[in-house]
Parts: sequence; C-alpha cells; structure tokens
Amino acid sequence: MTTTTEVNHDDDHHDGEHHEHHIPYGIKRWLYTTNHKDIGTLYLWFAFIMFLTGGAMAMVIRAELFQPGLQIVEPHFFNQMTTVHGLIMVFGAVMPAFTGLANWLIPMMIGAPDMALPRMNNWSFWILPFAFSILLGSLFMEGGGPAFGWTFYAPLSTTYSGDGTALFVFAVHIMGASSIMGAINVIVTIFNMRAPGMTWMKMPLFVWTWLITAFLLIAVMPVLAGAVTMVLTDKFFGTSFFDAAGGGDPVMFQHIFWFFGHPEVYIMILPAFGIISQIIPTFARKRLFGYASMVYATASIALLSFIVWAHHMFTTGMPVAAELFFMFATMLISVPTGVKVFNWVATMWRGSMTFEVPMLFALAFIVLFTIGGLSGLMLAIVPVDFQYHDTYFVVAHFHYVLVTGAIFSIMAAVYYWLPKWTGKMFHIGLAKWHFWCSLVSVNVLFFPMHFVGLAGMPRRIPDYALQFADFNKWISIGGFAFGLSQLIFLVLLIKACKKQGEPVSAQVWEGAEGLEWEIPSPAPYHTFETPPVVK
Amino acid sequence: MSNKQVQTNNSKMVMKLVAIVFGMFGFGFALVPLYDVLCDLTGINGKTANTAAIYESVEIDESRLITVDFITRINTGMPWQFSAQTRRVKVHPGEMSQVDFLVKNPASTRIVGQAIPSVSPGPAAIYMNKTECFCFEQQTLQAGEEMLMPMRFYVDPQLPKDITYFTVQYTLYNVTSSAEPAEVIAMNRG
Amino acid sequence: MKRILFKVGTMLTALMTTRVFAETTDKIDQYTLNMRKGVTDISAEVYDMHMLMFIICVVIGVGVFGVMFVSMFFHRKSRGAKPANFHESVKVEIAWTITPFIILIGMAFPATKLLINMEDASEPDVTVLVTGSQWKWHYKYMDNDVEFFSKIATQQDQIKGKIPKGVNYLLEVDRPLVIPTGKKIRFLVTSDDVIHSWWVPDFAVKQDANPGFINDAWAIANEPGIYRGQCAELCGKDHGFMPVVVIAKEPAEFDKWIAEQEAIQMQAKEEEQRLLAMNMTMPEAMTQGEQVYLANCAACHMPNGEGLPGVFPALKGSQIAVADKPRHIEIMINGVTGSAMQSYAKQLTMSEIAAVVTYERNAWGNNTGDLVQAKDINAVMNGQ
Repeated sequence: MTTTTEVNHDDDHHDGEHHEHHIPYGIKRWLYTTNHKDIGTLYLWFAFIMFLTGGAMAMVIRAELFQPGLQIVEPHFFNQMTTVHGLIMVFGAVMPAFTGLANWLIPMMIGAPDMALPRMNNWSFWILPFAFSILLGSLFMEGGGPAFGWTFYAPLSTTYSGDGTALFVFAVHIMGASSIMGAINVIVTIFNMRAPGMTWMKMPLFVWTWLITAFLLIAVMPVLAGAVTMVLTDKFFGTSFFDAAGGGDPVMFQHIFWFFGHPEVYIMILPAFGIISQIIPTFARKRLFGYASMVYATASIALLSFIVWAHHMFTTGMPVAAELFFMFATMLISVPTGVKVFNWVATMWRGSMTFEVPMLFALAFIVLFTIGGLSGLMLAIVPVDFQYHDTYFVVAHFHYVLVTGAIFSIMAAVYYWLPKWTGKMFHIGLAKWHFWCSLVSVNVLFFPMHFVGLAGMPRRIPDYALQFADFNKWISIGGFAFGLSQLIFLVLLIKACKKQGEPVSAQVWEGAEGLEWEIPSPAPYHTFETPPVVK
Repeated sequence: MSNKQVQTNNSKMVMKLVAIVFGMFGFGFALVPLYDVLCDLTGINGKTANTAAIYESVEIDESRLITVDFITRINTGMPWQFSAQTRRVKVHPGEMSQVDFLVKNPASTRIVGQAIPSVSPGPAAIYMNKTECFCFEQQTLQAGEEMLMPMRFYVDPQLPKDITYFTVQYTLYNVTSSAEPAEVIAMNRG
Repeated sequence: MKRILFKVGTMLTALMTTRVFAETTDKIDQYTLNMRKGVTDISAEVYDMHMLMFIICVVIGVGVFGVMFVSMFFHRKSRGAKPANFHESVKVEIAWTITPFIILIGMAFPATKLLINMEDASEPDVTVLVTGSQWKWHYKYMDNDVEFFSKIATQQDQIKGKIPKGVNYLLEVDRPLVIPTGKKIRFLVTSDDVIHSWWVPDFAVKQDANPGFINDAWAIANEPGIYRGQCAELCGKDHGFMPVVVIAKEPAEFDKWIAEQEAIQMQAKEEEQRLLAMNMTMPEAMTQGEQVYLANCAACHMPNGEGLPGVFPALKGSQIAVADKPRHIEIMINGVTGSAMQSYAKQLTMSEIAAVVTYERNAWGNNTGDLVQAKDINAVMNGQ
C-alpha cells in the first residue's frame, strides 16, 4: 500500500475562519485544549504516571511476598494493593496510553486535521484524573479502599465490603464514561474524516485495530457500568441481584462481569497488534505481509471475544455442555491470533532488518506475547484448568500478554513516534538500557510464576507455604529490577520533552511509510488542515 | 465535502453510537432476566422453579429408580432449627412423593425465614417438580413456635437417562428485616 | 544475538540447578517446577493432558521463534540482505489457518473425553458436605452426621516470624477431613458467606463454594496419605489462611476413625450437658474466655478489642458489650444476617460461648462485672 500525497502545510484559512499562528501556553493551554496532539500528550503522561503508581503498589505486593511470613503489610491492606494495582493498570495505564496514541496518530494517519469531536475529547481526558483521585482517595478512608480484586465478585464486594465500595463504583463509572466517549470519537473520526483516496483497505493497521477496539468499547463498557451499578444497589439499596436469600445468584455477577471482562482484555491488546504491524514493516524495510488477512483476523478476534467469557468461570459449577462450548470457542481464538503472528514473521522474512529500539521492543513483543498466548491456550483446556484456575499460572499468563504484550507495544510505539512528536531523536543509550534491563527483569519477574502456579500457589494471598519461597524471592527481585528500569524511561522522556537530542527528518526511520511520516518533525500544531490526496 | 457536511455526518454518527451505548447498558440489565430465563429453561445453576408444578397425567416410569438426597442448612443470623424428616428417598420418575421438614424458632422474637433450594448436579434441577413447597413463600414462626412443613414433589420422567441421583439443599435465610408487609400486618394483629 | 543466548543459557542453568536441589531435599520440593500427578486416576490423566498441551505449545513456540531468530540473523541489513517484494499469498494464509485448526481439533478430543469422565459424581460411597466460610472449612459426613470445623493450625508467631516456620507452614489444620482410599467420595461444596473455592491439587478437584448454592465434585484416592490444598477464590482478609487438608486412610482404618468420631461427638454433647449444671467463677471464665477470644475472635475484632475501623466493629466500649447483654449473647449464637459476623453456636461449646461473652464484657476496661454461664446460653439457644 503506497500513499503519495500532496500536502499543504499549515493552511491558514478554512471556510473563512481565521487561525492564530501562535500556540497557546501555560496551564490554560493544557486545561482547555481541544488539539488532538495536546490531548494525546496528556493521556500519555497520565498513563505513565499511573503506570508508576500501579507499579509502586506492585512493589508493595512483591516486597511482602519476598519471603514467607507477614512482614510488611496487613492482609486487608495487601488485598487493597492487589485490587487497586489491577484497576490502575487496566483503567489508568494501558487503556489511557492506547487512547493517547490514538489521539496523536489517528488524525495524522488518515489525513484529518483533528478528531471529530475535539471538545468531547478534552472532557474524555480530564475526567480521568478526577476518577483516579477518587479511587486513590478511597484507600485513605476508614475501612480502606476496595479489597475484593479488580474483578469485584459479589457477595465479597456487596455484603462483605466496606463503604469505600461506593467510591470505587463512582470512579469506575467515570472511567467508563471516558472510554466510551473516546471510542465514539475514534469511530466517528475514522468513518467520516479520512482524506479522499484513503479507502478502508488503505488505512494503516493501527487505525484498523483502533476502529475495531472502539466498537468493542462501546459494546461492553456499558455492561460494566450495569454490573457496577448492580453491585451498588445490592449493597446500599436493598436489591438482590447477587444475593441468594433474595432470589439472586452470585454466579450471575460473574457472567455479567466477564461478558464485559473478556472483550476488555482484547480491547487492551488489539491496538498493540496495530502498533506492531506498523513497526515491523518499517524496520524490515518490507511491506506488511497479508494486510487483508490481518484486518480479517483482527475482526474475527473481536467477534469471537464475545462468546468466550465463561472460560474465566470453569470452576463455578457449570454443566459439561457449557464447559465444552466455552473450551472450543476459546481454543478457536488462537487461530486468528496465530495468523497474525505468522504474518509478522513473514514480514520479517527476507526483509532487510535493523534493530533500533522500537524494533527491539516489537520483536520482544512477538516472542513474549506468544508465550502468553500459548499459556492461554493451556488454560482453555477445562480439565487442566481446574488445576490452573486462580493460581499463579493465570497470573503469569495475563502478565505476559499485558506487560510484555500491551505495555511493551506501548513503549515500542513511544520510541517509534517520539521523534515525530518532538523533532529530536531520543537518547539512544538510555533507550537501549531501558530495553535490555526491562527485558531481562520482566522475565525474571513473570516466568517463575508459571512454576509456582503449577506447584499449587493460589492467587491473591499475602503469604505462602514454604515450597514456594525460592521462586517468590526471585520473582520479587525481578519485580524490583523491572520497576527501577522504568526510571530510565522516565529520565529519557523528561529529556525528550525538554527537546534535547539530535534533530530528525520528516521520515525519521528509513523504511517508514504513512501520512504521518510525510509531515515535518516535530509535527506542526495543526496538520492536514487541507486534506491530502491519497493515491 | 464541506466542513458543515462533515459536522452533520459526525452528529448523525454520534447519535447512532450513543444509541448503541444506551442499548448495551440496557442489555447489561436485560442479562438479569435473561439469565433467569435461561436457568429456568436449562436449570444450569441448580435453581428449581419458583412456582408450584401441577401433577396431571404423569406416567410413572417403573424402570428407573432415582435417589434424591435432602440437605438442610441455616445461614448466619438465622436461629431456627431446621431438619428433613427423611434424608434420602428413592423414587420412580413420575411418582408423587412427600418429605416433611421440621422447623423450630427458639428465639424470643418472631422471625421470618426464606428457604432457598439448590440442586446438584445442576441439570437435574428443572426435572424436580414441586407441587407444594415451603420454599415458594416466606415462612413466619413466632417465638418458640415449631412447625412441620411438607414438600411434595415428583421427578419429571423426562429426566435425562444418565442422571440417577441428585441432591437438594435448602438454605434457610433470616429475612425478617425485609419481610413482606402481609407478614407485618399479621404480626401486628397479634 | 549473543545476549539472547546468554540469557537463555543462564535461565536453563538456573532451572537445572533448582531441579538438582529439588531432588536432594525433602519430598515437599519435588513438584516445585511442575504440576503434580496426584493420587487419583483422574489427577494422573489431568497431569498427562497438561504435559501434552505443554509439549504441543513448546513445539509451536520453538518452531515460530526458530524461524524468527533465523530471519533476525540472516535477513539483516548489516549482513547486506536486500528486502524482498512479496507481501501477500492467499495459499499461505489458508495453510496457516487450517493447520492450527487441525492441531486444535487434535487437542480437543482427549480434553473432551477427560472432562466428561471428570463430571460424573453418581454412585458415591461416601458423601461429604463441604462448607466454606470466612476463614475456615466445615465438613459434614452425610451418612453418619459426623461434622466439624477445620481451621488453620499454623500459629501466629510463625506467621509474624517470631518462631521458625514448620514444614507444613500454612498448610496444616486442627481437624483434617478423613476419607477412605479406593472409595468414591462425593464432595458437595457450598458457602456460608462469600464465594470460596475448595481445592485439593492431589485430587485435581477444585469447585467454587457459592453461598446459597451447591456444587459437586468427586475423587477416588488410590493411596493413603496426607493431601494439602488451599482456598482458591479471594474471600477477604484471610483468604490465604484457610487451607484444606485431607487424610486418606485404608477403609478399615477409616471405619474405625468414623466410629471414634461419632463416639467423641456423643461424649462432647454429654459433657456439654454436664457443664450446663456447673457454674464457672469469674477468674475461670476470664481465663477461658481470653483463650477462646484470641483463637476465634481476634482475627477480626483484634486482640485489643478495637476491631478494624470501617470493616470490623470494636468491642471495647461498644454498646453491645457494655450494655445490651441479651443482644450480645444472641449475636454470638446466631451471627448477624448480612454481615461477616458468623454464628458460633456450632463452632464453640456453650461454656466457651459463655466464657468469651464474659471476657468481652469485662476486658479492655469494659468492666460490666457480668458473669455469663453455659446455662444462660442454653436458654437462648433452645428457647425457654
């Protein structure tokens, strides 16, 4: 897919409106901005701060689990740490980071001047710090914050939780609203604002994956809102959705939650697939193999994600027929996912590769995400899942797909597009240190979790039996190392925002193709005010 | 396409998407009755019917003998004593049977209880047809009162051939604080 | 490339050394790297299935990564590689869609067969009702009414690091479940409060304990022994502290044990009736009461009676402990609906309840001077 463009830079006039040439500055700029680049930056910095915050909670968890015995925190506080760590990472780090990337890149990739609904865009972002202040604030309430896991099963979250649950519900509603608004913005932008000539099958893969993700978001975030509302009413307003005494069923909560929850995890990985599909072709200097196949595979994964939810519930007492159905459907998802991996490898095959930092992260993604995917396939097999469920084997699986999967892809994306955003090449030495330290430590951190899970260590426990001690010690060491490695990234980002580094060209990377590489670096505040013509 | 046209298209699309959002929110709540319906139809969560079955022209299947066990449990906060007079019955599908349950309220106040049944294996639940059951309504016992509660049922002959045995558990909950008004009126009448 | 090899080499070496150490230490370490085979036919089949899936996944992984690494080595710009032009092939896409699909079907057949085998709990020899609550298990043999609670036996001092940890740290209970070997045991699993999950890895049995609902599972233990598991669903503060211990004995021994338990229960009931006639002195009640309190109540209400604000109420200075004696006794016996306060009628004897109520009404400066006797508890439990 080649796109040639006639780009008009920074056209002043647009239907008779006058533009100001100077970019706003100060707090007012960031508070009131409707510019997709600024909002993208806000989302990305917010996500990084949340990543460090959630990471700090993980450090508390790993410090307590460093040795058997309770040395550092009380079990109730430990449960709050695991719960809020999960909520922050899912709703505060991964999702906003992908949304930040969407904001920065989608308009540029399709030749649009901005997102379709710029003012709603501003709102979508600014309610997030508000929501997370509420969530983090609940930790300081009497009784503490939510301590029932990010999955908040009833009746632990209803009858047997503290009043902080109300704040948790409120925060989740706001986060959900932010995601829904963001998704609507993405869909409308992609549908209505593509440059002439940018047909569906010419769109970059990142745009495709975000389009499909956005549809998943508007389909399932409202269901989460419903679930969380039912928890609120069961707890405070006397309903009995999940209370057997009143005719309800606690397992129904799990059905409703996971109907949201499973597509949610695909929401957290599809944009990653898009990112990798942009990066590999650039550094292999070869077109993405099987573009159409990649689009169909992504759509299949999204559709299938709606019919597998009960694979999180195999031990709840489901009849055999249901267990078989969900086993088969879950196994099926590995087919389109495998197709994507094969297509990336085929892109690399007989290419001409170089290994700049974005490529390093992308290659690590392919290997490590695949490991996570394979452990997922093992988990799908019901009779064996009885031994894996709710153990560290599951924790290993989802951290592989989320950390070495989603998070690595986000880092890859940042390294890939940062020079476009700032106009300067980032500090390559720091970046390489960041990559290698992260790569080694993340595996020391998560790989042994497979072993302790198989050996019988359950999840969400603050203390464990002695046979799990050795591996837990190493896991904690890996955790501290991984956490420290992110400080290298922080230093690099601060330097980049200070505009330090060598200036770069428009294309930045030899082999990079797409509309965003045809505008100057740094990207001007307003781009594509006159749409390019795509051939 | 003019700017205005794009904005109109955008607005239309936004409306459609917002409609989907509200629709899915409603769907989330609709999952509740949907779940109940599916469970009623398939019994997969082990819940039996909430209303009395009718025993009419049911053929007794002499070739099969089904073992039914009864378990009684009291939930936290419920002081009653609760036991099944017969813990195990062997019945032919289609054959009418009765099991009595004894309840006693040793407390010094009136208490309203609700019995919640659960069947294991779950798929057997929809074949457990109760024509009379104390679990259909809340039950009130005054202080010190004792009662024998009958439960009449028959196993549906359609019970799958591979099920020869199931357990029925009744959990008694104390629902005095959310008791039906009729009970409160009855109590005030003395 | 070098770095990758180095990393892989280090990991393999580490793994192997652990293996070596595992074989030379206690039996307990033997399953540190992998799932255990367990002691039932089903658990062995589950293990075999796990290994089959694992090997298939390893082969797939090695295959894909192998191609990747070969490409990363040979198709480098620094090696002079020039990029090829191909970018799609319908044949190839079909091939690598169909092939995984076939592999999956191959995996699905044995998995389906095993699952269907696992789910048939009919015709048991012994049925046990397993009830989870915060934070212990309750077992009741449905055939002969023997029942008891099973709580973690590891002392707090070990957990706090004051004394060395025992070999079965966190995996030991005061009264384990006992079952006969070679017989089909049906486990009916339910809960009194939140969702728990009863898991015995050696049996490959894990079933959620849902409040108000009942699930079933079964196992036939082939060998006598002690089998340890844990609660496998987050259930609150002490989720990590409610282990499952099952002892499998030869049938003759099991019969003997059950008969003994019936006798012990009978004796305990008689003892309780005898104690009803006796009165404790205040010092006796306070001493026993404090022991009972620390063993049963302090987990939530805290040794200093101050509870956990916002989660578990304080007893020190509370209205119930200082004034409302009837309510105090009633709560101990029946629990409180819709809260985490359980009923202790079956967990403690009447003398123990009397002692702990006395303790709570006089400790921490509550000083009511109340002395509650077992007969007072009996009066409330069985009605006047």
